[in-house]
Amino acid sequence: MASIELDTPEVGQAAARSSAAPSLLYDLVTTVDHKKIGLMYIAMALVFLVIGGCEALLMRWQLLFPRYDFIGPDAFNQLFTMHGTTMVFFMGMPTLIGIGNFMVPLAIGARDMAFPRLNAFGFWVSLLGGLLVYFSYATGGAPAIGWFAYAPLTERTFARSAATDFWALGLTVSGTGTLAGAVNFIATILGMRAPGMTLRKVPFFAWTMLWTSVLILFAIPPLTAALVMLLFDRNLGAHFFDTQNGGSALLWQHMFWFFGHPEVYILILPAFGMVSEVIPVFSRKVLFGYEFMAAATAAIAFISLGVWAHHMFAVGMSRTADLFFVVSSLLVSIPTGIKFFNWLATMYGGRISFASPMLFAFGFLSMFLIGGLTGIMLAAAPFDFQLTDSYFVIGHFHWVLIGGTLFGTFAGLYYWYPKVTGRMLSERLGRWHFWLLYVGFFLTFGPMHVSGFLGMPRRIYTYDVDRGWDFWNQLTTVGALLQAPSYAIFIYNVVVSLWKGRPAGNDPWDAWTLEWTTTSPPPSYNFEQIPVVHSRRPLWDIKHPDDPDWKYE
Amino acid sequence: MTSEFILLASGPDAVQNLSIFDPASPPAESIRALSLLVAAISAFIFIIVEGVLFYSVARFRGRGGPQASEPPQVYGSKAIEIAWTAAPALIVFILVLVVTRTLWAVNRPNPQPKAGDQALYVTVIGHQWWWEYVYETYDGRKLGVVTANEMHVPASTGGVSRPVYLTLKSADVCHSFWVPRLGGKTDLIPGHPNEMWFQTDKPGLYLGQCAEYCGTQHANMLLRVIVDEPADFERWLENESKPAVVPADDDGPESAGQATFFTQSCVNCHRIRGMSANGKFGPDLTHLMARRTLASGMVASNRDHLRQWLVDPQSVKPGCLMPAFGLQPREIDRIVDYLLTLN
Repeated sequence: MASIELDTPEVGQAAARSSAAPSLLYDLVTTVDHKKIGLMYIAMALVFLVIGGCEALLMRWQLLFPRYDFIGPDAFNQLFTMHGTTMVFFMGMPTLIGIGNFMVPLAIGARDMAFPRLNAFGFWVSLLGGLLVYFSYATGGAPAIGWFAYAPLTERTFARSAATDFWALGLTVSGTGTLAGAVNFIATILGMRAPGMTLRKVPFFAWTMLWTSVLILFAIPPLTAALVMLLFDRNLGAHFFDTQNGGSALLWQHMFWFFGHPEVYILILPAFGMVSEVIPVFSRKVLFGYEFMAAATAAIAFISLGVWAHHMFAVGMSRTADLFFVVSSLLVSIPTGIKFFNWLATMYGGRISFASPMLFAFGFLSMFLIGGLTGIMLAAAPFDFQLTDSYFVIGHFHWVLIGGTLFGTFAGLYYWYPKVTGRMLSERLGRWHFWLLYVGFFLTFGPMHVSGFLGMPRRIYTYDVDRGWDFWNQLTTVGALLQAPSYAIFIYNVVVSLWKGRPAGNDPWDAWTLEWTTTSPPPSYNFEQIPVVHSRRPLWDIKHPDDPDWKYE
Repeated sequence: MTSEFILLASGPDAVQNLSIFDPASPPAESIRALSLLVAAISAFIFIIVEGVLFYSVARFRGRGGPQASEPPQVYGSKAIEIAWTAAPALIVFILVLVVTRTLWAVNRPNPQPKAGDQALYVTVIGHQWWWEYVYETYDGRKLGVVTANEMHVPASTGGVSRPVYLTLKSADVCHSFWVPRLGGKTDLIPGHPNEMWFQTDKPGLYLGQCAEYCGTQHANMLLRVIVDEPADFERWLENESKPAVVPADDDGPESAGQATFFTQSCVNCHRIRGMSANGKFGPDLTHLMARRTLASGMVASNRDHLRQWLVDPQSVKPGCLMPAFGLQPREIDRIVDYLLTLN
């Protein structure tokens, strides 16, 4: 195998270490470097992960026993509102945008994002949005409206405190940051690729970030509009959603889900991208059916803009409207299936090694499938009449967001950590992390499907003894307690490996995309010379000059 | 705090059945049939895909050791891609057909009431955090019955269909009517009346609860549907149609309680038909004691609970919209005496 040390490996590290603490802070608040901004996004996401996770644990403790008096209804209703809002807006999206920020320019051979200052603006505004939402606690309590905040419960008549205003304002502000990020990704991926990297040759993660950004561009503005209308209702006497004065409750639901469903794909497409990078490298095979995978990504993005009302089957739409959303929702399963089969075909016939990134990619494959299948059940409208707003739905979307997005994201984080820090993560801790999370996740969200079948609605702070739900809720709580240490192990591993990790070198996984040609960590300018590429796997071409990829693409 | 009352309300250790897989009404049955088919298809896909995944992991893991050369690179295959696009497309097509059939069976519009139709029409109005039932017509007869939280309906026994047609409305925020064994959910949305229907030939108690988050006490907006034999239902209906009883003994504690009730602010929110109490914000109390539970199904309806409710409703149902009025214990005792006569 050809050695590809294109730069001296220790230069970047030494530079990073030499900065003293005060100048580090100054550096972070003024930086426009895509890598530092990416890391700040991820740090922000980790903080909110811990907060959102603690909120979840408090809720699970309250549901441990029927008619338990651990926390009352008000606190519980605030907790699920904040848990959902936090995990979607301040954990999920910042993680993915952060990883994208760090990796996309490196993967496409660029020196930074297209608009570095807009990039910094996007991060700080997202953070400000998160702080504003949490500032609601200063009004005496967080909003108790649920993360999808159905009107007219959000009107001042029913939600009197200013908490709801902080929530709406915070999401408006952070939405601006998200939009800034999306515009930047689109400009970067379309305009700043290395010479020779046509759109048909972009690394798959960059391709999925492109489509996630397109979805953000379509999905966030309707949410922002709805939030501004809500703020008008609450503060300026408008009546958009004020049903007592001719407003429409359904209008909010349509606007929210027109954002809310694409949002799910905003959160899953980058995870698709990450496992599409990890699976080939750890199976030692090229990604099977790249063009079909790419087309399937675009198809998912298009179709996902037309499925929103499958969250609203029970609101009494016409049967024809129901049927439209049944068909569009089921159609998503076709491109998703294509992706799945291509991942399997990539593994098939390979030489699979289960280093921690691949372990999490395996977790993704084995679990995301189940989330997809329960999604088919929910898309079958009459079945959904029973399942919607029950615990089954909670089981389903956590299966997709943890089994899919989170496992996929962990695959990416374990894969790229050596590039970002120059150090390897501990494999042993990685395994502990994986198995605790895998088992704990199964135990938390599996029983939720059953409590849903047994008639347990979501968002209830307590339930009667005679419902027969206690056993399933106790399993769920035990699962949550099992999951909690897995996150602690991960954070410990990430922090301690910064000093104790084995030096990684430029290319520890023997991988094929451009980020692995530069040093770990990469210098501020990323590449001394902008590389020229001829195929989807530029490093394969260098390592196998006798059998380069471009002959087959 | 409230746990002892709950035990009293539900009887010791009797686990109720709310499973969507034990339907007792045609919509719930159609949904179960569909769900079993969807589950079977999902299980089929699950076994195949997980099977291939686990086979690949077992077969190709660490093959040839770390020093082995790279395995053959396979870039894709148009034929295979078309095959695994077509197979899910076929499954989707079949699912759409089955879903359409079930959707049309479950979600049919309610017919107009007419004489001799044996059908019951009820308007359900969701309130934060209780249910109001306005009985419109039964078998074509106009009814003027208003009750709360416990819905009585006739069973379709003796080979006669007695469907129940609901019109769903909301007085405040969104709610959702869900009794799993009788059918799926239909939301109650302010300004957007909805319809649903069910019928069952199995008398008994069917439990459910509000399924759309509606504020502080969403968890305790419980639903009780009592399916009676038709004769029992007629008797219940006849009793409910009467105005409230007037205490017989003019000097008894019940009369004193009635006087207290009507001089306090109770009447601003509660209605007692046949009297001057015409409030609309709280449950109709005309036949309060014909209901077995208080606080929308939370606790058994008896003297102790009524008393506690009047002393401090917030201690039973924190956040509920009825305040504690700070009445004298004697006044409360008398009002309870009076309420206990409302049968």
